[in-house]
Amino acid sequence: MSTSQVISSRRSLGETGGRILRYTLSERVLHWLAAITYIYCLITGLAFWSPYFYWLATLVGGGPTARFWHPWFGLGFTLAVFWMYTIWRRDMQTTGADRRWSKAVKYYIENEDEKLPPIGRFNYGQKLFFWLMFYGVILLLISGVGLWYVESIPWSLRWLRYLAITVHVVAALATIGGFIIHVYMGTAMVRGGFTSIVRGEVTANWARTHHRLWYERVTKGAPADSESGRRL
Amino acid sequence: MSQATLAIRRISGHAGVAPGEGVERDYQVCKLVDTTTCIGCKACEVACLEWNGYEFSDTRFDNSYQTMPETTWKYWNLIKFNEHENSDGTISLLMRKDQCMHCADPGCLAACPADGAIVQYTNGIVDFQQQNCIGCGYCVSGCPFDIPKFNPATKKMFKCTLCVDRVSEGLEPACIKSCPTGCLHFGTKEDMKDLAETRATQLRDNFGFEKAGVYDPPGVGGTGVIYVLHDATNPEAYGGLPKDPHIPWVVRFWKGPAKWIGNLAMLGGIVGVTLHYLRFGPKQVDAEKHDDPTDEKGGRP
Repeated sequence: MSTSQVISSRRSLGETGGRILRYTLSERVLHWLAAITYIYCLITGLAFWSPYFYWLATLVGGGPTARFWHPWFGLGFTLAVFWMYTIWRRDMQTTGADRRWSKAVKYYIENEDEKLPPIGRFNYGQKLFFWLMFYGVILLLISGVGLWYVESIPWSLRWLRYLAITVHVVAALATIGGFIIHVYMGTAMVRGGFTSIVRGEVTANWARTHHRLWYERVTKGAPADSESGRRL
Repeated sequence: MSQATLAIRRISGHAGVAPGEGVERDYQVCKLVDTTTCIGCKACEVACLEWNGYEFSDTRFDNSYQTMPETTWKYWNLIKFNEHENSDGTISLLMRKDQCMHCADPGCLAACPADGAIVQYTNGIVDFQQQNCIGCGYCVSGCPFDIPKFNPATKKMFKCTLCVDRVSEGLEPACIKSCPTGCLHFGTKEDMKDLAETRATQLRDNFGFEKAGVYDPPGVGGTGVIYVLHDATNPEAYGGLPKDPHIPWVVRFWKGPAKWIGNLAMLGGIVGVTLHYLRFGPKQVDAEKHDDPTDEKGGRP
């Protein structure tokens, strides 16, 4: 669905008001593809991680089923993240504005956003989360293939088996840390964020408050580098 | 497979105390393999297949008399051959019956995440319960002897059961039964250790094998299969028997402190964001507020 179609469908619904397209349909599909595959890997991975979480495997069909699908969903998550990389990597570069913003991050944490310097389409925290997941998934992929085909690692190279375990655990825990913060911020903390990744839109006021440089760029006719940012 | 009549010492992947854990006592059972009287006839290999109901597998020539390079998921018992060059230039053909060692401290069981997929009975037998196995292969990483093997068709792990079904009926394992030279013995751990020490002493005193000794590695708490070796200082010469086997420290850490560090970190994250919400609340943007003129200029479609 193109942006113009989004606009016309909005029109036909009779919705007006200062709304801006923050995530295109393909970006939203991609986000939820990543979310579903990650959450599946999280549930099954936690089941394998500790006997106290093994009951989680029951939710997805039992231990053997969970074990069968975990690597395949992991590959799905990897593909989703790599695809994200192709479309978001330029948006995710750290800028001077991010550096100024991160120095004042305490105001962000304490909800005193008016004291923050303006930033672009993503804030520094979102960018960190993106790179955490990007590098995390590379480590999870490599170590995961090692765990998947552990018998193919010869006995003489068994240190690789142990390395695969270590890397998989550390990378998984790191992404879980990011995931907890991401879900909290996207749902409870930053109101409007969840709607934006579901329906794609934010209010102009939301964009101005949280991502002023992006807002100014997309409203003042500066060339946009992606489909997002069109006024609806 | 399981024998309900056997009492359990511990099971894998279980949250809390396993039912029936440690309520009964039993003799520790043990196989004694005297490598000095093994002739490499492979009768034990055949008996193992026959008792456990597997067809004979394809052999694989690897420049030795060995049937195949390693045990497989349906070939649990393998004589490992090694032409070992002694310090005086002579050759010894070393033969060792390789199979699950039934460790007192089993690395497979420590690594296993599936509830009850690996059981250690009170008599010391370590057995896989395929109905609970999820086929993750963690036991492969946990084992210091490279024994558990994966069946790709059923996606379950298999290994020597120490003929738990025979032993629970008061019979000796099939391999022991078949040995024509009497190099295989079966009994209580205590008796087998006595017998092994007697044989090692005999080898040292009467046959000139000054380094003869018993292999019962303390790193895994001792094993349910012990060996008499001509040269106990060099177990690697016997088809790669590890000198000081122990559960890999990565597996120990992963299944020990890492659990609690990781779980506390995850709990800390959840508590942290909850406290943040209670203290600072959400970031609300007033949707009705239009204080920026740029918004009005082109805001409506």
